[in-house]
Amino acid sequence: MGDVLVFAEHTHGHFPKTTLIAIQAGREMAAKRGGVCCAVVLGASCDGPAAEIARYGVNKVFALEDPRLEHHLADASAQALAGLIKGTGAETLLATATAMGKDLMPRVAARLNAPMASDIVAINDDGTVIRPMYAGNVLATVELDGPVRIVTVRGTAFDAATAGNEAAAIEKVKPELDPASLKMEFVNFNEIKSDRPQLTEARIVVSGGRGLKSGENFKTVLEPLVDELGAAMGASRAAVDAGFVPNDLQVGQTGKVVAPQLYVAVGISGAIQHLAGMKDSKTIVAINKDEEAPIFSVADFGLVADLFKAVPEMTEEVRKLKH
Amino acid sequence: MKILVPVKRVPDPATTIRVAPDGAGIATDNVKWVINPFDEIAIEEALRIKEKQGQGEVVLIAVGQQSWQEQLRTGLAMGADRAILVRSDAPLDPLAIARVIAKVAENEKPELIIIGKQAIDDDSNQVGQMIAEMLGWPQATFASKIELNGDRCSVVREVDGGLATVAFPLPAVVTTDLRLNEPRYASLPGIMKARKKPLNEIAVDSLGVDLTPKLKIKVLKTPEKRQAGRKLGSVQELVAALHNEAKVI
Repeated sequence: MGDVLVFAEHTHGHFPKTTLIAIQAGREMAAKRGGVCCAVVLGASCDGPAAEIARYGVNKVFALEDPRLEHHLADASAQALAGLIKGTGAETLLATATAMGKDLMPRVAARLNAPMASDIVAINDDGTVIRPMYAGNVLATVELDGPVRIVTVRGTAFDAATAGNEAAAIEKVKPELDPASLKMEFVNFNEIKSDRPQLTEARIVVSGGRGLKSGENFKTVLEPLVDELGAAMGASRAAVDAGFVPNDLQVGQTGKVVAPQLYVAVGISGAIQHLAGMKDSKTIVAINKDEEAPIFSVADFGLVADLFKAVPEMTEEVRKLKH
Repeated sequence: MKILVPVKRVPDPATTIRVAPDGAGIATDNVKWVINPFDEIAIEEALRIKEKQGQGEVVLIAVGQQSWQEQLRTGLAMGADRAILVRSDAPLDPLAIARVIAKVAENEKPELIIIGKQAIDDDSNQVGQMIAEMLGWPQATFASKIELNGDRCSVVREVDGGLATVAFPLPAVVTTDLRLNEPRYASLPGIMKARKKPLNEIAVDSLGVDLTPKLKIKVLKTPEKRQAGRKLGSVQELVAALHNEAKVI
């Protein structure tokens, strides 16, 4: 009763921090539901990732191996996961609300006729969960009714699990796939390569908004500060809409949610939709020439200034600090 | 090609949302209602596909109250051909909504369902994927480009760390991301024409699908507000505060 299965997302056999967060949330859920927490990895062959995730305090690792699971495709992955849930009798299937988690979990929920709560930020003792709605302006306590429940967790709301010395057992399972019903094909993955930290993993995030005025200014004005701080770069929806930077960098309600130690908002007015993605950061800095900008209402430290002057100056000051 | 576009009525994104005193919902006085922005992108994409192919039909569907007609009329004014309002006065959970739309899709037999990736009110991001599974159709979530070639479809998806392309035969479900297109405004002639376009109402109970809510909202609360800090006079002061006080650099 109350067992939890964590979908352990990996890329090229490597687990991003978001997966370790799912493991930690899964362990908390299992403890509160009186069950155990197991992980499941999917792939054409999963020996490496299965052995790695087995060290993160789970009871068991299920390795679902099939050539049709080599690339993430929602139809095949959903069939494989739903079959495992039925086979193991787990109560909760849990993943982090990454692009893959969001793509896949509702499909599993529909297959199992199970309710799903998206992007949860807390697990209550009575089995209910808390999730933000309306761009984080509302926190809803929700109940999932049924023998099976699906949840995705918000990456900023739980800590990451840490590796121990002991490794859990690994059980290979042949997934139940119905080949006739699998119609999706992987074509390619155009990876954006960057030497900077991932937005969702960085200790410091520097984001730019429409105030930057162009994609070129992101490069020449913002990036030197980003790199001097060893930060990840983010952007507001307005900057993405204007085509300055790729959508992958968007912080906000419909982009990524981050909560770094330091968040620097440059030329961002602070629409509700942006605040939804960063207001849980530990320290927030806002640099904006409009002193009425709403971003100042959540900033610990505000600087009313022309960013084209202030940002290069700040880059220089940070550099001095290091020497 | 027949394209079905589900539409949700949501508060305008610029509205300040407040929890109602009883915690059962949000305060709806002074709320301006609009089409969910991602569904607007879905309508636009469907219209562009129809225009490019020179034929086809764009059918809107909403599952909600009488008042939702307003958003369907706006979609018709943008250029959609007809609309279906499945009347449900009680709020439904994502599974039930998906079941209703899947049921209507079985009757309508569209080749493509295009739907917003998430509604900006409950932020669930579930219904499109659920419809796809219920119909046994392929799905492409978070689309930034849709290419059709006969009965094949290829979609570029916005995912973590880059762009993923998937391909599949139709029928299929595609959910829209921001950069797919820039939705048009309804023109005045469009608004005039929309008044005469068919908007059929179906009672949700007549569809014979299970509507029992399994995801139940117990109570809504307002999160704690973050307090504003202080404004500093210079970059030097700012960097000093971050170094000495916040100790984050």
